[in-house]
Amino acid sequence: MLIEQLINGVTLGSIYAIVALGFTLVFGVLGIINMAHGEIFMVGAFIGVLTTSVLGWPLWLAFLASIVVTAILGYFLEVFSLRPLRGKKGVSHLAPLISTIGVSIFLENLSHHLFGAGNKPFRAEFAEIRFEIGSVTIYLVQITIFVISVILMIGLSIWLSKTKAGKALRATAENIETASILGVDTKKIITLTVMIASGMGGIAGILVGMAFNSVSPQMGLSMGLKGLAIIILGGMGSVKGAVVGGLILGLSETFLVAYGDSGYRDAIAFIMIILILLIRPQGIFGSKAAEGR
Amino acid sequence: MKRYQHFFLTMLAAFSLLVLAACGNSTSGGEESDATDEGQATGGAIEAKIGVISYLSGAGAAYGEAITQGLKLAQKEINEQGEVHIDLVIEDSAGEAEQAVNVGQKLMADDSILAIIGPTLSTEFFAVAPEADLNGITIMGTSTTVDGIPEIGDYVFRNAVPESLAIPAAIEKAVKRTGAKKVALIYGNDDALTKGGFEVMKRKAEEMGLEITTIETYQKGQSDYKAQLTKIKNSNPDLVLASCLYNEGAVILDQARKMGISVPFVGGNGFNSPQVIEIAGDAANGLIVGTPYFGDSEDPKIVEFNKNYEAEFGKKPDQFAAQAYDALYIYADAIKRAGTGEDRDAFRDALAATKDFDGILGKFSFDDVGDVVMDVTVVEIKDGKFVEFEE
Repeated sequence: MLIEQLINGVTLGSIYAIVALGFTLVFGVLGIINMAHGEIFMVGAFIGVLTTSVLGWPLWLAFLASIVVTAILGYFLEVFSLRPLRGKKGVSHLAPLISTIGVSIFLENLSHHLFGAGNKPFRAEFAEIRFEIGSVTIYLVQITIFVISVILMIGLSIWLSKTKAGKALRATAENIETASILGVDTKKIITLTVMIASGMGGIAGILVGMAFNSVSPQMGLSMGLKGLAIIILGGMGSVKGAVVGGLILGLSETFLVAYGDSGYRDAIAFIMIILILLIRPQGIFGSKAAEGR
Repeated sequence: MKRYQHFFLTMLAAFSLLVLAACGNSTSGGEESDATDEGQATGGAIEAKIGVISYLSGAGAAYGEAITQGLKLAQKEINEQGEVHIDLVIEDSAGEAEQAVNVGQKLMADDSILAIIGPTLSTEFFAVAPEADLNGITIMGTSTTVDGIPEIGDYVFRNAVPESLAIPAAIEKAVKRTGAKKVALIYGNDDALTKGGFEVMKRKAEEMGLEITTIETYQKGQSDYKAQLTKIKNSNPDLVLASCLYNEGAVILDQARKMGISVPFVGGNGFNSPQVIEIAGDAANGLIVGTPYFGDSEDPKIVEFNKNYEAEFGKKPDQFAAQAYDALYIYADAIKRAGTGEDRDAFRDALAATKDFDGILGKFSFDDVGDVVMDVTVVEIKDGKFVEFEE
């Protein structure tokens, strides 16, 4: 039972981690909590259902479609709800937060109208492949989810620290005006960031659809809140923190159910936030410098 | 000054976006009620306006959708028959007790409204029904199956078969066939319906001397039940008693079967829907539910209901739609007997006297407090279809 629950926990944690990566990326550059991220994740999952179950496309194409659609959504999010509020005098730093909440409500209701209420099944042959070791069953999807989350973390870290675009992004995060004086096209960098973050939400959406076979217009809300909890836990804007925080949350939720009371499952994320804010307000991997923003 | 103005405007813009998005829900309810006004009043028909409170947006909107579709189909047929002309005023409760009370008060305050159908969830119903009773307007639940609903007051009725009738019948038959001795329980602990169902299951299991291996819970909006199911799997039950609504229940079944839990599941009222087969596919086989409504029955009435519903809405009706459909017919029947579409008290008395009403759910009567008297069928899913349970 321990091993099975460990696998359950790591799967859940890896999904949390991918969702949190999208959050942390946007926060790191723009200093904004993107409340629409959960809903973009949900749209990604629906695109997965649509392409595999209805249109019968192969899985890799579904992934591609989902990434493309969510990245486009990210582009619209930036152009319509973030850019108009940026750099204007007198705009509260809370305004973008509110406008992303608006976008999230819009997206939830839109997919409710388009896809209907209720759960949609996600049928993919890939999701049926499994290995049995003794009494323990492992699905290939579970391994894939874990591997993808690790690849995304490493890829993102390398991209941020080694490539020119990554450096430009960090410069923008440091100080948007100085970066633009130094010749960084900050507008482009910010748009790129939001698109990449949204695309990662799309990946997470498809993975959740495959792993749990359940996609509904409301799935974004709870995932969004968990993602928020994770980046506070792991440290705002920290890539490593998002992944470690996600795994910690996934494992602790699973083990709480396994060895405690399943009724408290959703509470654990928020109990953790309170504890971490009391003991280490900047999060596990957060740096004090980030506070200056 | 300018600065503040600007700030204020931006905030206003942001908020209006929110309000606009939120409006989507209530206006859609409004539009629907307008759309149902199409049928024109005929000379001799008794005019009546019925208020409907339904769960039309949010996580459980699928239930409200089924209910309002059932009502609309019944409305169309009743109006075509010409004896009674019914207008539906549909309001959205969003599954929340506060909103249900708000829209409920709106309906009660409108003197032209004869009676109310809904709200969808028992949780909401417990909030709205006392208010309706106080105002002397009849209210009937079509999907509210928790114990104690009709006892709220004289004006409170239901045509939903209570869990305390449906679940024990299903458990008894399932235990008899499988010879089960150990059962595991799983239920949603944040909803009155699933909680009520769970209590009935637990009581019944204890009464029958079954050993309860574990009790697991989940909350709305979760999609990963693997931790709970792994625990259930390792406790090796002979039966799983699952008090779930079908949306979550179907996903639980799917994940359970993938994990290697092959024992039958016994569910409550909310688990009974063709959607279970749609969502869970082959994994749905082995689900046993007690229900007043058996959709694949050969009964010509039900066959015709299925046909008309599918022609109208493009999908198969479930129990929620069927109960709502019958509810409006029961109302229409009472209006005919009362002979008025305006007198709330005369209508209440006529409704309470309903006896052996012949609906698609079978012979239906109210008992002294306004609760259901009817027979329950036990069905199971076999080879991707609901069939009558064989012992």
